[in-house]
Amino acid sequence: MEHRRVTPEQWDALAAEPEFRALVRARRRFVVPATIFFIAYYLALPILVGVIPQVMSRPVLGPLTLAYCFALSQFVVAWLLLAIYLWRARRFDLQAARVRQLQSREVRDAQR
Amino acid sequence: MRTQETLVIFTIFVAITLVVTGWASGQSTTRRGFYTADRRFGGLQNGWAIAGEYLSVASFLGVTGLVAFYGFDGFMYAAGWFVAYLAVLFLVAEPLRNTGKYTMADLVSFRLRGRGVRAVAAISTLTIVILALIAEMVGGGALVNLLYPRFGDEAAIIAAGVLMMIYVLYGGMLATTWVQIIKAGLLLITGIGLSLLVIAHFGFSLTGFLQAAATAPVGGARTNLLQPGLLFHGPLGAWNLASLGLALVLGTAGLPQILMRFFTVPSAREARTSVAWAMVLIGVFYITTSFMGLGAATIVGQEHIGRRMFAGQAISYIARHPAEEVQLNGQLRHNGYIVPTPNSNLATPLLAASLGGSLLTAFVAAVALATILAVVAGLTLTASSAFAHDIWFSLVRNGSGDEAEHLFVARATAVAAGTLAILLSTVLRNFNVAFLVGLAFAVAASANVPVILLALSWRRFSRGGAIAGMLCGLVSSLALIAISPVFMASRAIFPLDNPGIVSIPIGLIGAVVGTLLLRDRDSEQMFDQLQVRANTGLGAEV
Repeated sequence: MEHRRVTPEQWDALAAEPEFRALVRARRRFVVPATIFFIAYYLALPILVGVIPQVMSRPVLGPLTLAYCFALSQFVVAWLLLAIYLWRARRFDLQAARVRQLQSREVRDAQR
Repeated sequence: MRTQETLVIFTIFVAITLVVTGWASGQSTTRRGFYTADRRFGGLQNGWAIAGEYLSVASFLGVTGLVAFYGFDGFMYAAGWFVAYLAVLFLVAEPLRNTGKYTMADLVSFRLRGRGVRAVAAISTLTIVILALIAEMVGGGALVNLLYPRFGDEAAIIAAGVLMMIYVLYGGMLATTWVQIIKAGLLLITGIGLSLLVIAHFGFSLTGFLQAAATAPVGGARTNLLQPGLLFHGPLGAWNLASLGLALVLGTAGLPQILMRFFTVPSAREARTSVAWAMVLIGVFYITTSFMGLGAATIVGQEHIGRRMFAGQAISYIARHPAEEVQLNGQLRHNGYIVPTPNSNLATPLLAASLGGSLLTAFVAAVALATILAVVAGLTLTASSAFAHDIWFSLVRNGSGDEAEHLFVARATAVAAGTLAILLSTVLRNFNVAFLVGLAFAVAASANVPVILLALSWRRFSRGGAIAGMLCGLVSSLALIAISPVFMASRAIFPLDNPGIVSIPIGLIGAVVGTLLLRDRDSEQMFDQLQVRANTGLGAEV
């Protein structure tokens, strides 16, 4: 198996590769805002319900209250974020594959 | 309710799962097979299994009951339990698969090498698993007793414990996963089927159904179940909710029984696909709790949700409770039965009874029993891996010992964990243990999640920081619950029912302060390697 031959120096060298740094940055650029957004979006539900209960009790879609619509929207928003992540992750996978290729090239070079 | 029909349906489930266990027992004789089913599952299968592990009796009957009694406030729980999977998806599933072997402690101690970190991670895992085991078994036992008073809850707990041990001991992860997949299928069929029946009851009119929920009969008056504030109100209502919400949303990403599932797939990509499928299934199920819960409130009626007493039983109950005589006599004349104490856990079975008769009720009850079995089996396997792999193999035996010894210890732990759970559950069976579910999430969110995230993202994070963070999170969540209204009622020192909003920051602060005080160059040097592995899957366990 290829990874058995990776030395500590090679791991560090890979970590410094621009290709790898780009992958880490791209991932972070998506994951950090997305996480903050979904937590804020969820916590907004109990907070709004606690702070402005009258507004949240207003029926907006037939008898369905604003609060209930907001709770249902949590499902829609989470599924949307899931879909966006799955789409973005295909690019992360390609980037990761390129880094793995770099590694096997380095190992080949080291053996020469 | 008719015991026989449930037993027949449940026996069919048990027979099928035992055949699966028999088949699985011949498949692998290694610990890799025992813990991970040789990583042979695909994302779709693992997604169903995650749903099967996650949708416990507390979800299946508990959330539906909360919606039936408190409408919107109950449904808000369900939303939190669901969106929590985004944290699993974004933050832990893929790095965990890429850097771990069998347990959550593998990830944490990957660069924070040392016995202390692994030991504390294993203790935290075992604590969460035991809390969840007791909650599920006591909750399950009480449920069986409620459905079938003649069948004692003690007998139910012991039967569930023994069956679960058979799955785990003989079939390991392979059988446990299939049990969870089959049970998740049954659960989704039940949720969707009952929802359709509810809509059909209102002539397939969504508006008619919602209109009924907005004017549900509650205690002689009409209540709008679609409005917030029926469960959480008063000055602390919002805080209680936010604390619980935070624990739910973050805690899922630190639940060892869920994390362990990601070791059953061959790659990080399949781990991601697993979460995607799990999110579809869990989301659909939680949406059906709205239909089932509001359906139970409108079709059955809140005051009829509870254990029903007929004829002679009802008359002798009324004779023993003269204070409620007038009201109960009214119920008896009007309905032909009385419900002395409404119990929200019976919302789903009673909804099934009024929509589909005794056969449907029996089916729902059998699914509830299957749920207990599947969840408890997954938890036991998690306890077994934390003890055998983290404590015995890595700490006591220092990584030595052969396959046979390891498997023996793993199986012995499963028996011990199962026996301990049976004993604790029979002792605690008269206590209300519903809070334990929220507590398990709070411990996971406070002790595990900060440390997992810092280990993956903060170069300076040290062994001292990991140990301090996990201990602070673990101790503070347990201590805060002990001085909360759950235990001390009106004399409570800590005002909230769930410690999350305080204990999660304590866990995080512990980890940061520990790191700043105890610097650790070895761990810093390993950071690059961990980062490459976590992001690319290079060198991942196969």
